[in-house]
Amino acid sequence: MSNHSPSTNLQSHFADAAQQADAAKLGMWLFLVTEILLFGGLFVAYAIYRAWYPEMFFNAHEYLDITLGATNTVVLITSSVTMALAIRSIQLDKKKQCMNYLIITVVLACVFLVIKYFEYEHKFHLGQLPGKFYTFEGIEGTNPHIFFSIYFAMTGLHGFHVIGGIGFITWLITRVKRNAFSSAYYTPVEMAGLYWHLVDLIWIFLFPLLYLIS
Amino acid sequence: MNLPNEAKINYLNYPKGLKSWLLTVDHKRIGVMYLAAITLFFAIGGLLALVIRTELFTPDNMFLTKKMYNQMFTLHGAIMIFLFIIPSIPAALGNFILPIQIGAKDVAFPRLNLASWYIYVFGSLFCLYSIWEGAVDTGWTFYTPYSSTTDTSVVSMMLGVFILGFSSIFTGLNFIVTVHKLRAPGMTWYKMPLMIWGLYATAIIQVLATPVLGITVVLLILERTLGMGIFDPAMGGDPVLFQHFFWFYSHPAVYIMILPGMGIISELIATFSHKKIFGYKAIAFSSLGIAFTSFLVWAHHMFTSGQSEFAAMIFSFLTFFVGIPSGIKVFNWVATMYKGSIDLKTPMLYAISFLILFSVGGLTGIFLGALSVDIHLHDTYFIVAHFHYTMMGGTVMALLGGLHYWWPKMFGRMYSEFWGRIACAFIFIGFNMTFFTQFILGTRGMPRRYATYMDQFQPLHGFSSIGSYVLGFGFLIMAIYLIHSLRNGKIASANPWGALTFEWETTSPPHPHNFEHEPKVTHGPYDFDTVLREREE
Amino acid sequence: MSDSKNNTIHILPLSLYLSIGSILLVLTAITVWVGVSFDFGPINLIVAMLIAATKATLVALYFMHLKYDSKVYLSLFIGGILFLAIFIVFTMLDTMRRQDIYEIKGTPLNNMAEMYQGLSTVDSISDSTDVSTDVSTIFTDTIQTDTTQQSSDIKID
Repeated sequence: MSNHSPSTNLQSHFADAAQQADAAKLGMWLFLVTEILLFGGLFVAYAIYRAWYPEMFFNAHEYLDITLGATNTVVLITSSVTMALAIRSIQLDKKKQCMNYLIITVVLACVFLVIKYFEYEHKFHLGQLPGKFYTFEGIEGTNPHIFFSIYFAMTGLHGFHVIGGIGFITWLITRVKRNAFSSAYYTPVEMAGLYWHLVDLIWIFLFPLLYLIS
Repeated sequence: MNLPNEAKINYLNYPKGLKSWLLTVDHKRIGVMYLAAITLFFAIGGLLALVIRTELFTPDNMFLTKKMYNQMFTLHGAIMIFLFIIPSIPAALGNFILPIQIGAKDVAFPRLNLASWYIYVFGSLFCLYSIWEGAVDTGWTFYTPYSSTTDTSVVSMMLGVFILGFSSIFTGLNFIVTVHKLRAPGMTWYKMPLMIWGLYATAIIQVLATPVLGITVVLLILERTLGMGIFDPAMGGDPVLFQHFFWFYSHPAVYIMILPGMGIISELIATFSHKKIFGYKAIAFSSLGIAFTSFLVWAHHMFTSGQSEFAAMIFSFLTFFVGIPSGIKVFNWVATMYKGSIDLKTPMLYAISFLILFSVGGLTGIFLGALSVDIHLHDTYFIVAHFHYTMMGGTVMALLGGLHYWWPKMFGRMYSEFWGRIACAFIFIGFNMTFFTQFILGTRGMPRRYATYMDQFQPLHGFSSIGSYVLGFGFLIMAIYLIHSLRNGKIASANPWGALTFEWETTSPPHPHNFEHEPKVTHGPYDFDTVLREREE
Repeated sequence: MSDSKNNTIHILPLSLYLSIGSILLVLTAITVWVGVSFDFGPINLIVAMLIAATKATLVALYFMHLKYDSKVYLSLFIGGILFLAIFIVFTMLDTMRRQDIYEIKGTPLNNMAEMYQGLSTVDSISDSTDVSTDVSTIFTDTIQTDTTQQSSDIKID
């Protein structure tokens, strides 16, 4: 048991660092599966109401700004690339580079939220609010408030996940700064990467479903 | 780590102090803490049940208003389901047993394990707060649109359920990773005790289904606060959709409750029949089969809800498939007992009670899965009797059997065998008096969830209520002798039952690190034929 | 440290990450272009979902390293999606076929929430205990009468 360096953070109930890293990764993947099913409920609601009210969904979606949506997609995909590169850098023991990539990722995530804020702001202004607060007149079709209920639920839940990701990655930046990770131990960076890619992956589906209805 | 006085120390007395318990990451202590918590909530839920049965003694309102009655059965249901039965076997007994049975030092994520206990306590506080603020009166299923309009405190109850969901997910996640990554050398998948297979299948459902409950209660909270309209018919939404969401979790959840119980029964029957389990792989894979099938049958709770007739037909058809893996298990257990050397100790009495009661519960489930019959029996006492036979006659009997079986291992003391058998008899008889009567009430048309009823049902209701007191008395006896045994019981040996799984190779109670020496797999978990012969020679 | 067969570290070349990233951006451009400039009806949805699925697959295989890691993670991921598919398909077996026997069951009871009809202000919707009982009586009425009258029959006293 003495041949493990302290930098691998080996806990006593694991046989070796590889077993510990594998366990963490399996746990993270299980967590991602729960995330898929958490969002899944909203996808079910979306599918059912879109099938019931296709015209209303089409009319309502025209009030979403495709340019902003597409920009956000680009922002999030780019942040996913930088996150993947951050992991690659720490695998190669390039800590400085890793930190830079993580910082870019956080900045891009903030850009995503700022753009989202302007989109929300505009809708609040028009009265396109969820449920009983909906006051906008001008969308033809049955019950357009349901579209906005689902829109805000989906993007809102996604937004909370982006905020969570920002917190997680910011914490990583402080840890990288304190030299906590190396090519021998970078499990938390890898976990953050998996989480962040999933957030990206969900947006990859949200974008066409909400912004590109025909 | 060097531990003082190697022979005397165990997980209960080392390290000492309340703080060492509250900050422990030892799975055994967390299991015991869960056990204390679920016992508390079982007592609360049980007392509520006695209040309900007392109210139902007479046809008219006795001492509860109709609204209070609604709140009582809602709280009974919600507490029993979310606070007691879902965490009961996995989080209390499973936490204690799982790592030891596979020869691990702890679960994969000990701190997450502790967090799950605190999250459980935190969530339960929300549920208790909701009682104080205005107890929910919707029934434990929280159906819309009533739950989005009632003036009781649905939101805090929902927050509680949401938080409890995380606790359940973390337990499940921990177990899956532990089983995959921390088995002792030589512990292959087919050498694992069947309890582990049961817990593993349970954990899969916990991970896959619980997030859907999470999003369901979030949507219900939004429905109440923002008037989302997704589940509200007045707002162009669909209340039946809520039922789909709810049962997508809650049907698999009944298997979260029963599967680990089935795992315990496999252990008990093999150990007390002193015979190799019949059909190991069949029992193991039927657990996974049940876990998978459980996701395909949820809408059989909704046959009278106004869902499409087509869907009802398909779900009714699929429901019958659940009977197959359950039947496989029952047949294998009976086959294990056949020509075994059966020792009728208290745990085995509970195992036999389980076989009888669960078979009744399972077979009446077939009645209810049949579309045409269900239209007649839906929302009657027949349903109430059915799920108490599966949940209480199944899971709780298994829990009690497992609790007695592992009691010497957990606390190092034997309970009183004599009083154990007496209590078991009271519980078995009281249970059947209470709930078999309700099958008859149900077929005669007595609807569930009513505080008052027609005079003609009084004799049956009265009999059922008396049964519930007998049942409660059985639990009282059990509480007394178990607590008494903690200090005064006979000191337990390492292996009082002559069982062959890993937990009996360590001391009772176990060492803080489970095993003083790394355990070695020398035989399968149920190789009574070869091991007993070797011991004789 | 990383000699376990599940945990071999794959350090992928920089160019791979960059090219996957560019493919993702190009696919985003294509999906926007198709969505804005063409109208194939329902085929649009299929095209958009196919592109999204391709993008998701690329992210999962390369960024999340599923292509190189233990297949347990891949099967978990696919399993999660499979159960989500079960959820969607089985629920839609109900919601899409409610009108099989009674046409009125085809869509939710109230095709026009009361807040659009000037019958009630937005503020009083929270007071909807009465509303839901009203709607249910209308529901039973309209089964016997004309299904197209459904929404105009709603009255709130």
